[in-house]
Amino acid sequence: MRSAPRLAAVLSTVSALALALAACGSDAGSGPSGAAPAPGQSGFTPPELEALKSLGASEGQVNIVHWAGYAEDGSNDPKVDWVTPFEKASGCQVNSKLAGTSDEMVNLMRTGEYDAVSASGDASLRLIAGGTVAPVNTSLIPNYADVFEGLKNKPWNSVNGVSYGVPHGRGANLLMWRTDVVKPAPDSWSVVFDAASPYKGKITAYDSPIYIADAAVYLMATKPELGIKNPYALDDTQFQAAVDLLKQQRQLVGEYWSDYTKEVQAFKSGDSVAGTTWQVIANVAKGDGATVEVTLPKEGSTGWSDTWMVAAKAKNPNCAYKWLDWIISPKANAQVAEYFGEAPSNAKSCELTADPKHCDTFHATDEDYFSKVWYWTTPIAQCLDGRTDVTCKDYAEWTRAWTEIKG
Amino acid sequence: MNAAPNTPAAALSRRTPRRRLSAFLHRHAGVRLSLLLSAPMLWLGIAYLGALAALFAAALWRADTFTGDLIREVTWANFQDLFTTEVYRTIALRSVGVAVAVTLIDLVIAFPMAFAMAKLASPRAQRWLVIAVLTPLWASYLVKAYAWRVMLSSEGVLGWGYGLTATIITLSYLWLPYMILPIYAGLERLPNSLLEAAGDLGARGWRTFRTVVWPLAFPAVVAGSIFTFSLSLGDYIAVKIVGGRSQLIGNVVYDNIGAANNLPFAAAVATVPVVIMLVYLAAVRRTGALENL
Repeated sequence: MRSAPRLAAVLSTVSALALALAACGSDAGSGPSGAAPAPGQSGFTPPELEALKSLGASEGQVNIVHWAGYAEDGSNDPKVDWVTPFEKASGCQVNSKLAGTSDEMVNLMRTGEYDAVSASGDASLRLIAGGTVAPVNTSLIPNYADVFEGLKNKPWNSVNGVSYGVPHGRGANLLMWRTDVVKPAPDSWSVVFDAASPYKGKITAYDSPIYIADAAVYLMATKPELGIKNPYALDDTQFQAAVDLLKQQRQLVGEYWSDYTKEVQAFKSGDSVAGTTWQVIANVAKGDGATVEVTLPKEGSTGWSDTWMVAAKAKNPNCAYKWLDWIISPKANAQVAEYFGEAPSNAKSCELTADPKHCDTFHATDEDYFSKVWYWTTPIAQCLDGRTDVTCKDYAEWTRAWTEIKG
Repeated sequence: MNAAPNTPAAALSRRTPRRRLSAFLHRHAGVRLSLLLSAPMLWLGIAYLGALAALFAAALWRADTFTGDLIREVTWANFQDLFTTEVYRTIALRSVGVAVAVTLIDLVIAFPMAFAMAKLASPRAQRWLVIAVLTPLWASYLVKAYAWRVMLSSEGVLGWGYGLTATIITLSYLWLPYMILPIYAGLERLPNSLLEAAGDLGARGWRTFRTVVWPLAFPAVVAGSIFTFSLSLGDYIAVKIVGGRSQLIGNVVYDNIGAANNLPFAAAVATVPVVIMLVYLAAVRRTGALENL
C-alpha cells in the first residue's frame, strides 16, 4: 500500500476544500430555498399531455403503485383476491408495488417504471403539475358512468374540467387502540396528544409530514381561538401551534410508522397501544390475533379520496386502462372498499358488499359526513382556505418541521 | 485448419497483428500500464469520484417545492439551512455518537475474539472460527434487524424496548464481523516469537499487550474501525426498525428524497457523513496507521 499516503493526502485536501466551501456556504447564502412562488392549486398550468384516444391490444402486463390492500391477489388472505380474476379476464399480469406514503408514490411514479398509481390528494396534484401523469379519457372506462357524481371532477382529480383519473374510494384515518390496555375505549384524539396520556411511550404516529394536519384537526376542536379553517392551510401561528403539539406528542410516542407491517407487529406485541391507523391495518392486526379496535374520534380526522391515475409515459397504457376499469367495477370496487375499510366510488358496489350495511357504515353517500373529513391535500404557500392576507406554510416547510419534530 | 502445417515454430515466426501489438506493448511500458489501469481508473474516476462530485453539485441546486423538479441554479441555501438549523447539528452529533459507540463496542468484543482465534486456537479450530464469524454475513441484513426487533420488543426475549440503545446494540451486532476479520488478519501476522521475547524479558500480560500487541495490531484496528464507523454513519434502516422515535443522518437523507422530494437538500445532508469520514481518514493518516496496512 505504498500509494496510501498520497491517496490520503488527496483525500485530506478534498476534505479541507469541502470544509472551506461549507464554511462559505453558511454566510454566503441569499435566502431560503422555498422563496420561489409555489404554483397554486388553481394557479398552475399542467403540461400539455394527450389522453389515450382509443384502446389497443393488451400488452400482457401492467405495473402499478398502490396503497396496502388495494391490489390483493390472495397472498394475504386467500379469500381476498380481485387481482387474479383481472389477470384472467384481461390477459394483463399485474406487477404491484406497495408504497407507504404519498411522497413515496410520487417518487416511484417519477422513475417512469410504472403505468398506474392510486394517488391520494396530497400526491395527485403534484403528479399532474410535474407532468408525471396524463389526462385520462374516461369514455374508454365503461364503469366510470356508475361512479358517484359527488366524486367526479374534483379539485384533486381534475384540472380545468380535464379528468386525470378515476375515483377509487374514500375514507378517514382512524384511531386504533389495544382493547385490553386502553380503558375506557377512547373517543378522542386526546389519548395520543394529551401530555398527561397514561400510555406514554406506547403511542404511535404516522411518519410523514402530512401528519401535521392531524395535529391541526385536533387543534381545530380543542383550540378554536387559533382560527384554523383548513388543516392544510396553516399560517405561522397556527403552524407553530401544531408543531408544538407534535413536539409534546413526541414525548409520548414509542415509534413512528409508515410501513404497515411494523404497526401491525407493534400492536400485536403491545409496544404500541394507541395511535393513528387505517381500517385495513386494523383488519390485518385482528387477523393476526391482536386485540384492537378502531374509531373515528369526535374531533373528526384527516382522510383520503384516492384516484387511479395513468403515467404520462406508461409502457402498458392499454392494460393500465383495463386495470382502472376493473378496480372501479361494481364487484372489485366493493371488494377493495370492504377490505380496506373505505367508502366505494362505484354506486353499484353498495349492493355487492358482503356486509349489506357497508356503504352506510362508511358513509358512501353521506356528503355531510365527508365534509368533516379532511382529505389529504398538498399544503402550498397560497392558503387553501381562501385567505389572501397571510402566506401559508408550504409542504417543504412541513417536511422541514417534521424532521425538527422528530428531533 | 487441418491443411496448413500449423507448428508452434511457424506461428512464432508469423507477424500477425496480434503479435505486433504485443511486441509494441512490450517495448512501451507506459502504454501497457495505462491500458492495464484504465478500467479501474475509469471506475474510480467516473463511477466513484464522479458520483461524489455529482452529489456535491446537486447539493447546490434546489427543488421546486410543489413538483420536486430540479431547478439548476447555484445556491448555497441548502448548506445555509443545514448549518443554521439546530436539529441537523443535533442529528449529526447523534449519528457520530452512535458510530463511535458501535465502533468501541465492536472493538472491545472483537479484539479478544480475534486474539483467541489467531493465537490460542489450533489451525483446525481457526478455520472453523473464521467460518463461524462469517456465517451471520450470509443472512440478510433485514432478517437480522427484524430478529433484533422481535427480541427487543416488550414481549421479546430481551424486552428492552426500542430506541437509540437498541440501535447501537443492533448495529454492533451487524458490523461485528467487519471488525473481527481485519484484527484477526493483523494478529495472525504478528510472530509468536515477539510475544515469547516479551515474556522472556519479564513483561506480564498487560505490558505485552500495551507495548507489543497493540502497536503492531493498531493498523488492523484502524482498518476495522473504518468499516464499523462508516457503515454505522450511513445506516438508516436499522434505526427505522429498532430505533423507536429516534432518527439519524441517514434518515434525514432518506426523508428528503423519499418524502420531501428534495434531492438537493438530501445531497447537502449527504455531504456531512462524507466530510466526517474524510476528517476521520485524515486523523487516521496522522497516526501513521494507513502506511502500515
